Amino acid sequence: MNRRVVVTGVGVYCACGKSRNEFWDALAAGRSAIGALEGFPQVRFAHAAQIRGHDAGAHFTAKEIDLLDLFAQYALIAAAEAVADCGIEWSEALRESTGVITGSCVGGKNTEDTSFRELYEDKRTRFHPMIIPRTMANAGASMIGMRYGLTGASFTASTACSSANHAIAQALWMIRQGQLEMAIAGGSEAPFTLGHLKAWEGLRVVSPDTCRPFCADRKGMILGEGAAMLVLEPLDAALARGAGIYAELAGAGMSADAHHITQPSTEGAAKAMRLALRDAGLEAKQVGYVNAHGTGTSANDPVEASAIRAVFPDGVAVSSTKSMHGHALGAAGAIEAVATVLALHNGLLPPTANFTVRDAACDIDAIANEARHSQVEAAISSSFAFGGLNAVLAFRCL
Amino acid sequence: MPETTVERVIRVIAKTQHYDAAKTAAITPSSTFEELGIDSLDGIQIVFALENEFDVSIPDDAAKSIRGIADITEGIGKLLAEKG
Repeated sequence: MNRRVVVTGVGVYCACGKSRNEFWDALAAGRSAIGALEGFPQVRFAHAAQIRGHDAGAHFTAKEIDLLDLFAQYALIAAAEAVADCGIEWSEALRESTGVITGSCVGGKNTEDTSFRELYEDKRTRFHPMIIPRTMANAGASMIGMRYGLTGASFTASTACSSANHAIAQALWMIRQGQLEMAIAGGSEAPFTLGHLKAWEGLRVVSPDTCRPFCADRKGMILGEGAAMLVLEPLDAALARGAGIYAELAGAGMSADAHHITQPSTEGAAKAMRLALRDAGLEAKQVGYVNAHGTGTSANDPVEASAIRAVFPDGVAVSSTKSMHGHALGAAGAIEAVATVLALHNGLLPPTANFTVRDAACDIDAIANEARHSQVEAAISSSFAFGGLNAVLAFRCL
Repeated sequence: MPETTVERVIRVIAKTQHYDAAKTAAITPSSTFEELGIDSLDGIQIVFALENEFDVSIPDDAAKSIRGIADITEGIGKLLAEKG
């Protein structure tokens, strides 16, 4: 079995917007959601792409909230939008063959941080019984599966900043091979806790102002949060039920640098991109847009740019939407996959916001500040994680 | 009048379960978890809340054997008596 797989529903909940329409409006306008970091005066860096005004009570009952860390709430909200968007009518057979495959780097950090503070600082002796089920990184996938009664293969990938891309790639391959008939795939992350932010501060890669990937005066990454989910199904099933199709998820490629725990490698990044093209049956010249990993750090951007040059010697339009929604770690790949899918669907390539002057070391066709009208045939979305684990998704217009 | 043990138990359960006033009023000293629709996961959250309310330590065996308000009130009474 070697079925083509398409995206028939998307949901997004992040700093740029609490729905796919809000999200796309922000990206199309080049509007960055990066602003003052709220709630953490003890942290040296002062900017982030936080979701403002998250109202858990608008989405969940008080009893449900008891069981849901913020990252699982985000996952459920994005999944609800994606499922509604795809217009599926569940049958028992489809429920049995639908899986939920998610990415999360840090899991239930808010729950963990609060409870550890109670233990270490408040000297509390009793721990709330729901800390374990709230904290586990697969809580988002499990909660989505429970909500819709989905009993197909479901799991969570945790590969730092590539988590969601690894998850979506696995969903693609499992549907292609006939092990799943449908998947809800994506990622979610809620990394804003004092302990976690201090850890990022220690790494000294967070920008003191904003995120401007591939620019000469870039100063680092900006943390983001949120979730995005995609509904994936075989092309024939989507056509048979008359579903709206955003794009084909044509292929995926993965590689490991085996090089350095934080320094990226041109070879590893290029290898994952080439494997994604091969898996998708695409030539480099068919690809008109790269949604880059583009963190805005000194280490990532030139390495990624040289990998893009190597894979696309004739040039390709590149942007990093992290300049708008921040780096949402284990959710980043999913948010960027939705950005890429919507770019193909709308014939509009979102820009890198906050762009000043391109770094000479980043020799790419950067889409600066303003979206570019261009109906490209295919696009890729890259994630290159700490630990050197790379995953790239390739999408094609239908 | 100060709250009795059973009143405190009912208050803790109602809060833990996010019951509204009507549902809270329906809890009696003889209500069982089954009648109240409280499952095992709810049960351990109630045990945690009771430990905090009464500042006692409920042993695992006792926590597992709780079936309703009467068990809890009796057990808490014993633990409070032991505490002195």
